[in-house]
Order: sequence, then structure tokens, then C-alpha cells
Amino acid sequence: MRMSALITTRNVDRPDDAYDLLLTAHEGLSKEESDALNARLILTLINHIGDLDVLREALEVARA
Amino acid sequence: MLDDRYAVVHKLYPYERSADQDAGVEAHHPVVIIGGGPVGMATALDLGLQGIATLVLDDHEGVGEGSRAICFAKRTLEICDRLGCGDPMVDKGVVWNLGKVFHGTDRVFDFNLLPEGGHRRPAFINLQQPYFEKFLVDRIRAAQADGAPIEIRGKNRVEELDVRDDGASLNIATPDGSYAITADWVLACDGAGSPTRKALDLGFEGKVFQDSFLIADVRMTADFPTERWFWFEPPFRGAGDSALLHKQPDDIWRIDFQIGWDVDRKTELQEDRIRARIDAMLGEGVNYELVWTSIYTFQCRRMSSFRQGRVLFVGDSAHQVSPFGARGCNGGVQDADNIAWKLAAVLKGDAPETLIDSYDVERGAAADENIRNSTRSTDFITPKSEQSRIFRNAVLQLSRQHDFARPFVNSGRLSQPCIYDGSGLNTPDSLPDGPDGTRPGAPAPDAPWADGFLLNRLGNGFALLVIRCDAPAINDLPVVQIDAPGPELAARYLGDAVSAIYLIRPDQHVAARWSTATSEQIAAAHMRAQGKECA
Repeated sequence: MRMSALITTRNVDRPDDAYDLLLTAHEGLSKEESDALNARLILTLINHIGDLDVLREALEVARA
Repeated sequence: MLDDRYAVVHKLYPYERSADQDAGVEAHHPVVIIGGGPVGMATALDLGLQGIATLVLDDHEGVGEGSRAICFAKRTLEICDRLGCGDPMVDKGVVWNLGKVFHGTDRVFDFNLLPEGGHRRPAFINLQQPYFEKFLVDRIRAAQADGAPIEIRGKNRVEELDVRDDGASLNIATPDGSYAITADWVLACDGAGSPTRKALDLGFEGKVFQDSFLIADVRMTADFPTERWFWFEPPFRGAGDSALLHKQPDDIWRIDFQIGWDVDRKTELQEDRIRARIDAMLGEGVNYELVWTSIYTFQCRRMSSFRQGRVLFVGDSAHQVSPFGARGCNGGVQDADNIAWKLAAVLKGDAPETLIDSYDVERGAAADENIRNSTRSTDFITPKSEQSRIFRNAVLQLSRQHDFARPFVNSGRLSQPCIYDGSGLNTPDSLPDGPDGTRPGAPAPDAPWADGFLLNRLGNGFALLVIRCDAPAINDLPVVQIDAPGPELAARYLGDAVSAIYLIRPDQHVAARWSTATSEQIAAAHMRAQGKECA
């Protein structure tokens, strides 16, 4: 069996700050602008991750 | 009756009464090819060069007008080299590497393809389809003069086809009335609308996309760069979802406007309307002459099987893809490359008839891959949902500033040949440190060798490529011995391996590879690649 590629244990040092960064980025944006920002963010993070196995597992988590 | 369905630009095979029409009995032909387009002619040439008597029936007297397929990929040019007509294609064709991508009025980024070195042929050329067809026919004429048993009959339209287990009967209409012949094998190379497929009432399944393109060939009267310009959501009036500007030979530029499925052909083809679109695209003050315009519609679909007894479907008759990525004609020529040696081997008694089934397996997989790739391109160019459009626009937005996003931009991926993974003709890989790109099933990549290039040394039959080791005694296989491979050849065929032996098929795909091999191992792989052993 292959090891899980996705980190599914706690991995963010300051979760409140991370969450706040996300919300702050969307402040004052219209629904359309927010959707576009999310899409750019996802694509940027996909490039950072690079590994398709991680992406597949992350999608499984998100879908569940 | 036998009216032309399109204008002929090169009258290459005018109607002549054949002896079959006066024979009194039905003449018999081993191979009859229906349709003299690029796929039919490439197949006929390949078979004829291998000594197989081949009759091509075409309902016109030459090559039709219009640029149509204009991008010919490296693999196609390599196949043309094997058939002896690569040079005129490449000499006439346009090679380009620079491109620009636009979204609306904004220029998103410029690119340079920087093709990989160490190949005889460029990644692809732009060439009007009529030239491609003419150069194939020119080569057939030269081969005929050297004794290749190929015959082309213009204005011969197949009206009836009766298929039996061991062959077929054909009834053929000509300007002098009809006549009948029989054939061992019939190859339907008669295009996406294949009358043969319809006559046999065979399905053409898997429609996933419908669109149409307004195509205009324009001759520029002033300098214009040799670049590919692609617009997503072009800003010019009513241009549709995408537009493409592409250089062809003879100072002609090809312009494609993607205008949707539900359009009025007659209205859209009015010259003033076409000119209004082009003026908006090229900007003020660019003078041009309209050479050819057409509306082209397509769907993505394939037959469930490319073999129907003794009738084989080759090229667009078997599968149709969107034009993004130039996988139509290139895929069709690869079909020809795949079927010709197999049919020749069966007709010569060198291989069992079951070898023909591997054509359906291998090219069926290729058709699926081509449809998948062209569907992905259409999904990017014409998003099918709100989320799909959001992501597509996000990619284009990011691409303005960030190089990392540019590989996601999909305006058609360059046609790549299929690797026949899982084909029963392959022998399991025995070169564990070898490069992935030359695994069994892969098309052999070119590389510089001696004073020329490797692929030109492989010939038209099976060959053994022996690198940095001794070839065991093999009676019936020509050997290409390489003791001092150059860097490209070593990278593509050795990787981390010290030595290698490759068994290459007549279509230049890898059948088997080893670090070293015995005569018995090679003979077994050779048998398997000819369909003589069921895996």
C-alpha cells in the first residue's frame, strides 16, 4: 500500500490567523470577485503542491 | 449521378476507363481503398511499397480545395519520411515557434515553443492539406514507376458494398456506367461522413461536443509575423468563443472563428460579414485577399470497432475529434501507419488474420486518447459550466503575471503519437533502467546517428536496434548496430542502462526491449509482435 500523500493531521501553527487571512482577502468583494479569487488561489496552491496524488486525496476529503 | 461535391484544385487522377470495366467477369483485388484523401493515399503508398496490389477508388478526380487540416506533426512527417515523401512536405511547410495568447482585448502572454533538439523533423509544420495530398500522390506516381502495384481510379464511386466473411463485392459507378469487382479487404478511408459506414449501418458514438468554425484563408499583401495568435473570448464583433490566426505557405494566413453550433451558414459566409470579422481582428489598414472560406462543423465520436469483418475503417471514418490539437489528420496518418504493415503481413501469409484485430485495439486506444485530449481543449476554450468558466478565466488572469499558470492554458495541445501500452503485440519490458519514452508500445523517437538520423535507418520492416552490446544470431531481422551512441540517442534509448536491444516494428513502434537478449527471446518477441502468439 502506498503511504497517504496528503497531510491529514494538524499542520497549521496558527489556525485562527490562517482563517483570518482567508476571510480578510474576501472582504468587500462581490460574489463574482470572490469566486474568481478562490479559483486563482486554488490554482496557485495546486501548482505549489504539484503532486496529483495529493490533489486527488484532497478532493476526496473535500467531497466527503 | 457523379457530380463533384467540392471543387478540385489538383486534377491528379482524371477518370480513365479501366480494363475491369470491359472484363466481362468481376475482377478481383486484394485491397480496395475507398477514398483518396490523405489517409487513403498514405495507406495505399505504404501497401504498394510493400508489394501489395492496392486499388484506390475516389469519387473525384483529384485533390479538393481548401486548406482544411493545416498542422502536420513530427510523427506524421517521420511516417512520410519512411514512405519517401517527407522532404517536399517540410520544404513547402512553414515552421513556427512563436505565439501569442489573448483574452478579450488583453494580451495574456507570448511563448516560444523551443522544440527539443536532436530530431530530423520539426515538432510540426503548417501546410495546406491539398499540398499534403498532392505530395503523397506525387510519391505514389514515382513508386508506380518503380513497379509498386498501386492503382488510383478517379470518378469511381462505390455504390454498393456486400461484405462476406472472406471478402467483399463492390459495385462502382463511373461516368461510363457501373461495374463490379471483388476484394479480399476493403479499407474505408472516406472521411467523417463515411458513406461506407452508413451503408453498413454502423454506429458512430460518443458525441460530446458540437461546434462550428468559420474558416477563412487570406493572402496578406504586407508583412505579417509568422506566429500563432489565439484569442479566448475575442473582442471583435460576434467572433464567438475563440479565434485563431495561423501562417501557411504562399503568404496565406488561416483564420478560424469558433462561432457556435446553431448558425446560419449562408449568412455567415457572406463576404462583407466575413470581412467585417477579419477587419476587426487584424486592425485597420491591413490589406488582404480572401482566398477560401468555409464553415466547418465537428463532433467528437468514434465507432465502437474499427474492424467489421473484412472492412476496416481508417482515419476520420472511424473517429472524429475537435480540431484543437491537430489530431484528425495526424491521427489518421498514424492509423494508416498501423494498418498497412499488418495487412501486408497477413496478405503475404507471414501473419495470422488475427493480427488485424490489434489495429482496432491499438488505434482504438489512440482514438480515445485523441478524443480525450481534444475534449479537454474544448472544455478550456468553451467552458461548459459557470465553475468551469471561473477556473478558465482564473488561469488566464494568473497567466498574465505568473509563468506557473501558463501550462494550464489549453488552446489545443500539440498532437502526440499514442503509446500502445497494453497491446498484445508488446513483450513485457526487460530494460528496467531504460527511459520511459521508449517502453514497449512507444513510437521510437528520432535521434542523431552517424551522419544522419536514426529513424531513417530503420527501414520498412521489423528491425533490431542493438546498442553497446553484441547482437545474437538472428536470421530474418536487419540489425542497426550502435556502439557509440551520441548524447540524445543515449538519453532516449539507454537512460541508466549500460546496453540495450530494441525490437522495432515496421511502423517504428517498440515491440520489445532488453538489456541483453538471446536469439530465442528475440524470436519469441518477433512472433508475438506479428500476432502469432496470444498473450
